[in-house]
Amino acid sequence: MIDHTITITHEVGLHARPAATFVKKAAEFEAAITIENLSRGGDPMNAKSVVSVFKAAVAQGHDVKIVADGSDEQAAIDALVGLIESNFGE
Amino acid sequence: MITGVPASAGVAVGPLHLHVVGDIEYEEHSDRETAEELERLDAAVSAVDARLSELEESTRSRAGEDAAEIFGVHKMFLADPSFTDPIRSLIEQGRTAESAVSEGAELLASEFEEIGDDYFSQRAVDIRDIGGQLIRSLTGVGGSDLGTLSTPVVIAAEDLTPSDTASIPDGMVLAFVTAFGSATSHTAILARAMGVPAVVGIGNLGFDEGTTVIVDGDAGTVILEPDDDQIEDARTRAEAARASAEVALASASEPAVTIDGHGVEVVANIGTPADARRAVEFGAEGVGLLRTEFLFLDRPALPNEDEQIAEYGEIFAHFPDQPVVVRTLDVGGDKHLPSIELEEELNPFLGKRGIRLTFAEDSLFRDQIRAILRAGAGRSVQIMFPMVGSVDEVRRARARVVELVAELDSEGTPRAADIEIGVMIEVPSAAVMADVLVNHVDFFSIGTNDLTQYTLAVDRTNPAVAHMADALHPAVLRLIRAVVEPAHVAGKWVGVCGELAGDPVAAPILVGLGVDELSMSAPSIPVVKQAIRALSRSVVRDLAMRALDLDGPAEVRELLSTS
Repeated sequence: MIDHTITITHEVGLHARPAATFVKKAAEFEAAITIENLSRGGDPMNAKSVVSVFKAAVAQGHDVKIVADGSDEQAAIDALVGLIESNFGE
Repeated sequence: MITGVPASAGVAVGPLHLHVVGDIEYEEHSDRETAEELERLDAAVSAVDARLSELEESTRSRAGEDAAEIFGVHKMFLADPSFTDPIRSLIEQGRTAESAVSEGAELLASEFEEIGDDYFSQRAVDIRDIGGQLIRSLTGVGGSDLGTLSTPVVIAAEDLTPSDTASIPDGMVLAFVTAFGSATSHTAILARAMGVPAVVGIGNLGFDEGTTVIVDGDAGTVILEPDDDQIEDARTRAEAARASAEVALASASEPAVTIDGHGVEVVANIGTPADARRAVEFGAEGVGLLRTEFLFLDRPALPNEDEQIAEYGEIFAHFPDQPVVVRTLDVGGDKHLPSIELEEELNPFLGKRGIRLTFAEDSLFRDQIRAILRAGAGRSVQIMFPMVGSVDEVRRARARVVELVAELDSEGTPRAADIEIGVMIEVPSAAVMADVLVNHVDFFSIGTNDLTQYTLAVDRTNPAVAHMADALHPAVLRLIRAVVEPAHVAGKWVGVCGELAGDPVAAPILVGLGVDELSMSAPSIPVVKQAIRALSRSVVRDLAMRALDLDGPAEVRELLSTS
């Protein structure tokens, strides 16, 4: 199990298109993946569920912790962190 | 006549269709086997999913990618076990699929609402919309009544969900009227994208099905059972609007000159290099407001000088011989940046924003000014400061630019030779003091949105008072006059870059007050140019003077509609 903490810089946070992109990417991996909003508090949320990711209510500037557990956990973390760092490819 | 908020321009006449979301009746507890009830749910999910794909496709072709995006999100909700699992477990407890969907959707919607943010309230609307579609599919009580419209109607509703509006067959909606909603609600946005008139927020829907109505999306009014003359008048206006939109587009690249030969510069408000290209296509004669925030958003660190030069250069290249007014970074207040630490403010609109913020961040100010000057090498540049409220601020900003020019020269770095410096007039104190400020600037550009909000003490984001934020208020118009007159005496030019500039209804007043340049979002340019071509400078000058003495914005609009 590995984790990575990162700040969301996208203007709309993890809502709308960024949330959809994030969830679609997470769903590509076998590993169980959660996202936890450290700035707002709350439980780790299933990163493969758009409803759960919305409930994490991640706004711009929030720190999130992504945890992946499974055979492709490293690839999953790399891909999701890459997505956030590239501002969701926008 | 009923008055609401004008949300999408144009006039339409037609029979009214009341879109009522009736309660659908169904049993709470199921007589069926659990497996059978679960199958019903699965079938409904597939049916709604297929329908959402159709709506996504038809909305994309009718109103563009952005309007269609919402249906992709709806499909993700529908496919998400976090949405469907609680529904399935209710079914396993013996509930019908209908009541399980209703309860599951409501629970999730209220969770979203509790987050207490506008964005999530909209998602609660989405969840209820999906729940409603599932229940309609389960009970077989048709799709939305709007999907089967076969004659063109004016649609009246409390409010409309995205699936409601998107399910309307092509050409079957003449106009929208809603009881709730604001100019930024889903219905308003879609109506504008479709070019259909809309009046929102009229309050009570005391109408009968089939009543003939006139919807005036310019004035924000609905006339019930109009007489023949009113209908004739509305039809003529609608026809004229259609014809003139065609003419306007055909002559978009021609200048805007009044019948007595007075030219008005019509330019674009832009926010990105892509906007610049679009602005040229719509006939912009330059850029009256380049919002530079795009360079700073979405990134953890500030852009450096070279990165900024590349972006400004790309925009300048679209307007090689035309003015491009670059507004320095305008953040603070409600606009935040990841790269700058801003303190929470009790009253952000009256806080550290615009020029006040840039003074506190000198390296940011320096990089931006140097980048503008360097990107403008070989051409002229116009630099504009936002949120200026005092002479001292202009003097200070100007002095800093002069220092930076000297710095570039001492390095031997090429820079723009012809530099104009202006301020945005959005704080009432700047408008009142324009006769003094003018000695320190080369031009003014009036930001009517903020000027109106500050002058009338009306928060335009607060739905309870937003309807009072009418820039045609004589108080605002008097301030515009107070800016234009001293500027012209001093030989300086004045632009208007708020939403008022893009409203053809306001053109007679602005031209009448002597505004030299109107800056607006690109799609408004053809119609505003066309409106100016029909004006006589001497006639509108008198009209504007009369408007200044009226009681309020309603009287000004009345004057404009009767002359």
